[in-house]
Amino acid sequence: MRLAGLGLLLSGWIVAVAALPLLPSGGERAFFITAGLIVELVGLVLLGRAHRAFEGGRE
Amino acid sequence: MIPFSEANSIICALLIVLVPLAPLGLAFLNTGLTRSRSAAQCLLGGLCLMAVAAVAYFAVGYCWEGFAGAPSHTVQAGGASWDWIATRAPFFRHLSWTGAPETYAAVFQLVVVGMVALIPWGSGAERWRLGAAALATVALAGFNFPIFAHWAWAGGWLAQLGTGFHLGSGFIDPGGAATIQAIGGLSALAVVWILGPRRGKFPSNSPPAALPAHHIVYALFGSAVAFIGWLALNALAAILFAGAPLSRVPLVELNTILCASGALLAALVVTRIRFGKPDASLCVNGWTAGLVASSAVAAVLSPGGALFTGIVAGAFLPISIEFAESRCGIDDPSGGVAVHGVAAIWGLFAAGLLTRGTGGQLLAQLVGIATLLGLMLPGSYVLFWILNRILPFRTSAEGERIGMDLHELGAGAYPEFVLHSDEFLPR
Repeated sequence: MRLAGLGLLLSGWIVAVAALPLLPSGGERAFFITAGLIVELVGLVLLGRAHRAFEGGRE
Repeated sequence: MIPFSEANSIICALLIVLVPLAPLGLAFLNTGLTRSRSAAQCLLGGLCLMAVAAVAYFAVGYCWEGFAGAPSHTVQAGGASWDWIATRAPFFRHLSWTGAPETYAAVFQLVVVGMVALIPWGSGAERWRLGAAALATVALAGFNFPIFAHWAWAGGWLAQLGTGFHLGSGFIDPGGAATIQAIGGLSALAVVWILGPRRGKFPSNSPPAALPAHHIVYALFGSAVAFIGWLALNALAAILFAGAPLSRVPLVELNTILCASGALLAALVVTRIRFGKPDASLCVNGWTAGLVASSAVAAVLSPGGALFTGIVAGAFLPISIEFAESRCGIDDPSGGVAVHGVAAIWGLFAAGLLTRGTGGQLLAQLVGIATLLGLMLPGSYVLFWILNRILPFRTSAEGERIGMDLHELGAGAYPEFVLHSDEFLPR
């Protein structure tokens, strides 16, 4: 789960940054940058849950 | 290169003397918010980490960062040029001490890089070994901070989003909300994940235990001292990195004051409603969250916009601290993740949302936030994970039980201290 979370964080950033040179229109760029941020948030949640599970296991 | 007058040089020299009060205040704030058994280690460790950060930044950090207009490496991709790293010599060897803005910027960052290190130090308090924290600080000050600072402050690809991709004025971070505060706050998140919670914080089958701050007056004093430093920090960074004229400095100071004031009052009202009485530790963190958010907006928004940003930062602070602890299992004694990470990201977003102009500025800010979350956070996490394998971050169970003062320093901070159990009213 940790690796998936880290992968999603990085993927979200790539989606957001790739939109800059690939999409000239403002609307499409905004859509992809927002989508990238949403992917990052999912990655953040996964990473957080992975650590919560780890803590529970240690207790 | 920013044109620099004699007056600019004098003001910069005066402000640079005051900037260290911001990290020093933060060191006191961290110490006040920990338990008494680790107070001396927290404060001494904070000073040590500031020293380690300064040396690491002097030795290698500035090589990667440079200054706007200085030589740098670029990568051609997607039909665009991406300026990603500077090419300066180690040990400040490129600098000629003639009063050029680059020299002020270098000294300024030598001080504030300590602040970046203090944020995770406060979050990992009471269980993070000082030696391991020093190693992590070398990585932060020598690599993470200067790389992002180059992108945002020294003409890197984030700063060039305006000219390269027509996104407003590019990513704007006039007071270091991203470069200092968000980098520190997200590093704090990586550190608390790797360290895990303090023993007894999350007992089985019951809500998280309250481990109260040992000296709230230290925390309040630290926040007051940090306020003076922050006024200087925001003004100096606006002059050096946003090209603000001296005539704009009073507006930067006004916005800083309004943002912090709005945040303190909002945190006070929210904790009064939530707990029946204002909570001092959350209010002091609310005030700091307002200062953090002001670093993003003070040089670019109107006073009304800065006040609004502060109110939202302060109102959201107690909620985000409670959410992080009770829902996410994050044990963060100083609240660094919420105070520096969340409030900084809100400030950066507000700077794009409330700036007059097209939506391009908001998109530039979102790309900056995406870079912080999607690249800098995983980067810090992986770096700290590797360092944790080399030199374990967490102290032994015995060290945690007797406190870091006795375990690492051999003496307590308060040898004659008596704790009165009736100091905390039930809520």
